[in-house]
Amino acid sequence: MENQDLLNDPMILREIIMDHYKYPHNHSLVSSTAYRSRHMASASCIDDITVEAKINDGVIEDIRFDGIACTISTASTSIMTELLRGKTTDEAKEIIANYFSMVDGLEYNADLLEEAVAMKNVYKQANRIKCATIGWRAIDQIIKESEESNG
Amino acid sequence: MLDVAAIRKDFPMFENNPDLIYFDNGASTLKPQPVIDAVVDFYARHTSNVHRGDYPIARLNDELYDGTRDIFARFLNCSPQEVAFTHNVSASMNEIIYGAAKAFMKPGDVILTTQNEHASNIMPWFKVQRDFGIKVEYIPTDVQGVVSAEDFEKAMHEGVKAVCVAQQTNVLAAVQPIKEMARIAHEHGALMIVDGAQSVPHMKTDVKDLDIDFLGFSGHKMCGPGGTGVLWGRYELLEKIDPMIYGGDMNARFYADGKMLLQEPPMKFEYGTPNIEGVIGLGAAAEYLMKIGMDNIHAYEKELGDYFRGRMKEIDTITLYNPDSTAGVVTFNVKDVFAQDTANFLATKGIAVRSGNHCAKILDGIIGTNSTVRASLYFYNTFEEVDRFVEAVKEVTLENAVSIFF
Ligand SMILES: Cc1ncc(COP(=O)(O)O)c(C=O)c1O
Repeated sequence: MENQDLLNDPMILREIIMDHYKYPHNHSLVSSTAYRSRHMASASCIDDITVEAKINDGVIEDIRFDGIACTISTASTSIMTELLRGKTTDEAKEIIANYFSMVDGLEYNADLLEEAVAMKNVYKQANRIKCATIGWRAIDQIIKESEESNG
Repeated sequence: MLDVAAIRKDFPMFENNPDLIYFDNGASTLKPQPVIDAVVDFYARHTSNVHRGDYPIARLNDELYDGTRDIFARFLNCSPQEVAFTHNVSASMNEIIYGAAKAFMKPGDVILTTQNEHASNIMPWFKVQRDFGIKVEYIPTDVQGVVSAEDFEKAMHEGVKAVCVAQQTNVLAAVQPIKEMARIAHEHGALMIVDGAQSVPHMKTDVKDLDIDFLGFSGHKMCGPGGTGVLWGRYELLEKIDPMIYGGDMNARFYADGKMLLQEPPMKFEYGTPNIEGVIGLGAAAEYLMKIGMDNIHAYEKELGDYFRGRMKEIDTITLYNPDSTAGVVTFNVKDVFAQDTANFLATKGIAVRSGNHCAKILDGIIGTNSTVRASLYFYNTFEEVDRFVEAVKEVTLENAVSIFF
């Protein structure tokens, strides 16, 4: 099967979410001054996630996260850390914009999102959209902050 | 026993949502027809402000609005002049805590509470701690949130000027020995303040028998309209405390030099135009509950709760956090499944529950998790609903919780 076909198979998408939930990637903080960090505690009553990223010369060299959260929050953030690491901030912003469109139930470019397409149906459960975006909003804010401080 | 089938006919939500299992009564309750009628009649037949009009409709509303104090005098065994209407228990507790701290406490004085409290009953204390130098201390509880009279007595000391706890806690439904606590608090010269949000709707509340000093609760958790609450206090204490908010209706006179003369209690706590239709509807709710009988409600919920706990104990994939509660509340997690994932899965089966930390954010130290599922019953819930709920919980697995997205 082509990669794209795999990412259309609900069984596989479900496995992706479960796998990232049980074994989250990049799941520990470095807490070094080389990283910018965002604590997303007030975004919702339950999820409590911290995301940190090392951005140098417009390139995201590393992204990590930690915290307590549901399957959707944990898996979406874990997938995000894999997907955006090594990207330039401009590339990352395009991916993030596509991801937010998908999660809002709008048009998006699936090729850019890779495993993150596992979240494509979350918009049907409006109460969970904030779960699917918590880590993504954190990295979005970190990128903006890094651009402002460099601009 | 209750005729639950007949009771359910009073609640249009059931007819309009035939497959719904509403087990989120700790968050808010459904409304019976007499409450709906009271509110709709106000809009359709007798709209006006209160305490301002000389025409018949305005006088009718004065009677209905202020008459609700008489209903609560019977409901709580108190004087109507001790019943002030607020917008919810959060407003009631803020008003009581600010007033009591300002009138009766000085910097360094201590208030005793527990780590089981809802934000609305603890953050106002943190605020007076920050602003007035009052100190917050905690009474230890067991892992199910219950305070024992012995532990409470040990926690009491000279500096304690007030004790403030929920009669029934909102996450674990721990029912505190309020009457005994009030006796001990008074022996030490401390005030006894009670958050009745989760107890008043479910059991008979006799403020004289409990011998407490202040009580707050919300209307929407006892079949009443949203945006209504009650602040009860002993009259002589209400006279001494200062309201938190000033404005229309609550004043008697004010002068250019800044001198202000407030109305007598309870009016001095009711600033601006109140939620008139809400309070009238709340009166209808209290009448409705009294007609069924608070003792009958409590007995039925205890029986249903015991049955519920028993059935939940059959399921080996769950952790029960309050196995010994005496209330109609079951707080649990399915092993390895995050609370919100469980709640969302149950929602696909037509079940409404609450997940999260339920605004009790310092409880995690006691139960070792900061996120649980809470199923909270009311007198209109049934044994069949409990059975359906248990079958649904048995189906909760990580796979099934994630499958709802595909
Ligand atoms: C014990 C307790 N106190 C306070 C509150 C706050 O209630 P409200 O939102 O009606 O002010 C609640 C409700 O969730 C509660 O359970």
